[in-house]
Amino acid sequence: MADLANHPTNRDQAKVMNRYDITKRMVGLLHNDEAVIGGIGYTNFDLWAASESPHGRRQQNFYMLGSMGLAVPIALGVAIAQPQRKVFALEGDGSVLMQLGSLSTVAARAQKNLCIVIMDNGAYQITGGQPTVTGQGTDIVGIARASGIAQSAWAADEDAFVELIGRALKEDGPWLIGCRIDTSKPVDTTERDPARIRDNFMRGLGVRA
Amino acid sequence: MAETWYEIVRDVLKRHNVSLVTYVPDNVLRPLIAAIEADPFFTAFACTREEEALGINAGAYMGGLRSILLMQTSGFATLPNVIASLSVPFSIPTLMMVSERGTLGEFNIGQQLVARTMRPVLDALNIETHTMTRLDEAEFIVDRALVQAFATMAPCCFILSPLLTGGKVFAK
Repeated sequence: MADLANHPTNRDQAKVMNRYDITKRMVGLLHNDEAVIGGIGYTNFDLWAASESPHGRRQQNFYMLGSMGLAVPIALGVAIAQPQRKVFALEGDGSVLMQLGSLSTVAARAQKNLCIVIMDNGAYQITGGQPTVTGQGTDIVGIARASGIAQSAWAADEDAFVELIGRALKEDGPWLIGCRIDTSKPVDTTERDPARIRDNFMRGLGVRA
Repeated sequence: MAETWYEIVRDVLKRHNVSLVTYVPDNVLRPLIAAIEADPFFTAFACTREEEALGINAGAYMGGLRSILLMQTSGFATLPNVIASLSVPFSIPTLMMVSERGTLGEFNIGQQLVARTMRPVLDALNIETHTMTRLDEAEFIVDRALVQAFATMAPCCFILSPLLTGGKVFAK
């Protein structure tokens, strides 16, 4: 995409940001009950932490408790069910590497209301920081483009991240935004009651009254 | 009037408003996939893995859309982790329809072996399972099982026996 030319062309050129900080910035841009699917691990934990406010915690978030790699498929399913709602998948590099085929499915469906955000620290951080292959030459944004998601870009820095999320909110997708992040600990941990998580999410999406 | 197993399945899915059909293709499922794709009521597409399809269906359910996953026996064998960590704990009525390989004339030893894992896994996860062998029972089984799956918010698996479908025939 010519209009994404101002963004870094590869992972090495992107600034290393903080997961909680950019998640907080993203949540702050969501004003239309957008759905957010959090992948397992610290991605999820910081989504939980970033979604707390004086008015309570935002309800349109779904927190996985296992099923590693399924944040993108779950988000795609929500996006198919509710085409008028913007849907975000937040996923780690280790997780998305388990389901690279789902990027092709998203591209083939040309799912306009879907945006994938990859939190890439090059590590399976929650299991002890073992390296993933993204620190060894694999570029998720490049994979996404080659999978057919043309609107895929690395966020150069925090301002660029905010700009890309803003575009994903206004313009048709599918989008994939690559974010290099550090290995800071998450700010909080999610609750672990799956029935409650699902029920909250469905009420947040207006599926249940 | 539906006369084949796949027309019966298509019609019952429609009646229960199960409109999203994700699948990893299989020869035995081919007429069902064709019948579904020929009907504009359905949104149907192939996924790259069965796990991915299950995730899509789970998201669709939470977004208010009913769905089913079609696959063959070897594909089911890739699913225990996601059934155990997504479908069951989150009370998502994951509907699965599996064309049964590995029995009644199987010619591939890999299919024969992996098929032995299917029912023990379904039993271990306490999944309501129906093996469909007879045309005259097909409508009743699918109809009632769908009612139960949505009412109890529990997964359900239909195993399509070669006795119903003819299965995959050994051809040199």
